[in-house]
Amino acid sequence: MASERVLTRNVGRAAARTVRGYREGGGYEALSRALRMQPAEVVEEIKKSGLRGRGGAGFPCGMKWSFVPRNIDKPKYIVCNADESEPGTFKDRLLMEHDPHQLLEGCVIAGWAVGASTTYIYIRGEYTVATAILEEAIRDAYDQGVLGASVLGSGFRHDIHVHRGAGAYICGEETGLLESLEGKRGQPRVKPPFPAVVGAFGCPTVINNVETLCCVTHIVQRGAEWFKAIGTDERNTGPKLYAVSGHVERPGTYEHPIGITFRELLDSCGGMYKGRALKAWIPGGASAAMLTAADVDTQLDFDTLAKAGSMLGSAAVIVMDETTCVVRATLRLAEFFAHESCGQCTPCREGTNWMRILLERIASGHGAERDLDLLASVVPNVGGISLCALGDAAQGPVKSLLAKFGDEIRDNLRQRRYPLPQVPFFDLGAVA
Amino acid sequence: MSSPATPVALPAEVVARIDELRPRYPTEEALLLPALHLAQAANGGWLSAESMAAVAELLHLPVARVAGVVSFYDMFHPQPVGRHRIRLCTNLSCQLRGANELAVLLRHELGVEKGVVTPDGRASWVSFECLGSCDTAPMAMIDDAYHENLTPDQLRRILAELD
Repeated sequence: MASERVLTRNVGRAAARTVRGYREGGGYEALSRALRMQPAEVVEEIKKSGLRGRGGAGFPCGMKWSFVPRNIDKPKYIVCNADESEPGTFKDRLLMEHDPHQLLEGCVIAGWAVGASTTYIYIRGEYTVATAILEEAIRDAYDQGVLGASVLGSGFRHDIHVHRGAGAYICGEETGLLESLEGKRGQPRVKPPFPAVVGAFGCPTVINNVETLCCVTHIVQRGAEWFKAIGTDERNTGPKLYAVSGHVERPGTYEHPIGITFRELLDSCGGMYKGRALKAWIPGGASAAMLTAADVDTQLDFDTLAKAGSMLGSAAVIVMDETTCVVRATLRLAEFFAHESCGQCTPCREGTNWMRILLERIASGHGAERDLDLLASVVPNVGGISLCALGDAAQGPVKSLLAKFGDEIRDNLRQRRYPLPQVPFFDLGAVA
Repeated sequence: MSSPATPVALPAEVVARIDELRPRYPTEEALLLPALHLAQAANGGWLSAESMAAVAELLHLPVARVAGVVSFYDMFHPQPVGRHRIRLCTNLSCQLRGANELAVLLRHELGVEKGVVTPDGRASWVSFECLGSCDTAPMAMIDDAYHENLTPDQLRRILAELD
């Protein structure tokens, strides 16, 4: 499918990592355009574009910006959420490693729009290469007058700092991230107040995902109408990065208009690994409910996936073929959530662990039908009753396992088929 | 815990670097994560009770606050680690493309269970959560570098080359 590369246009073009090279491709024109607009006009343009957050929740970006109080005697902050830790997600790393200035430009535009003179890019600690590239790009931007006391000579001050996380999924949650930025354990805060009013260091703060801020750059450059014309409808707009992994021929980051179908996406990845049959797929990272071969014509956008009982999330598409034991796959995600639960709220801390224990029992062949029933009774109590959405996220894959594969698992349990034979990806020979 | 550890001086260049970072933040406490990263790197990849106490003293924080933060994050190590630290991603996308087999191989080649340092101090390995490299699965982070699209043979070669 041939569509214009917008967000990934500089991928593979090493020169774009410098201000000079980035400018050759039209870079920083959007920023200079934004600085000639009133801040409120920039917010309005983003609102009109229909841009929804690319980090997972899909919250309208312009609306988020408009929540920041205009007349307040406090510093305001932009925080770029680059703590990309949702299993299956690697799109933001690509954007930062190949086109750091596209992100910096979006950060400064956001700062101008809401009146913030500082951006913190909170990047996961493991992304050492992206961190070095961003830091080099920031140095260059200061040298070229793009950052600092007078952005592009406008008199508007903006500073950008990279802040490294240290390995905790929960720091991708907005208020967990803020706690971590402030030097604490990354435990989510009680909301309200929301970060737009009381965020980093007690000040109004906008938190946006890397890809979201990259979209901002293009919306300002080409207009809300252009952005809106891409995608499914006025609620699902713009270009989108899909990070595809698992059992496909060519895993990778693919840019498409938001709302292409899973079938089309799979085609662009060269189809299923070794032409095997599809067993299950996850459309939006570990937090999203699994779908099956019956759902291949589903459009990959926010609203269509929500209607299908799943979510677009971070658009991390994980594909599993017929050799996969879906209980074992779900167990791996349950282990992840049990490990990453911050422990503050009992339903999440205990619930994620119980889901892990029961799935382990079933997958390993020590389970019985009553474990499946117990699992079904635990799942509804894990989410919706905690400070943040981690518990809800942990429910996603397990709920769908029960809904889509419940009968199959019950049958396997009756026939004592677990553990299912595993098809190794590699033959280790004598070692195994 | 028994008596508090005596702080050892942090290397001068670490203190200097932390001081350089001060203007970036409105609070001193916000320097804690950057300071711990620097202190850990200067201490052979782990944070001893003494280095935590030194960071606490430098940033005027209770030692317990520092220890609480260290225990929260997977990248901070309150126990000694190997000279080379191997983090094998074993989350779903890597598992679907051979991470389980690579874990078997690591245990076999290094001769230690996960989390244990080899007797010669050369390496330690852990299975780690998603490292954001799922399109190049399976993969491992060794020290600060990503090793992607791994095969058993490649992993054996990389292990053999670790000093």
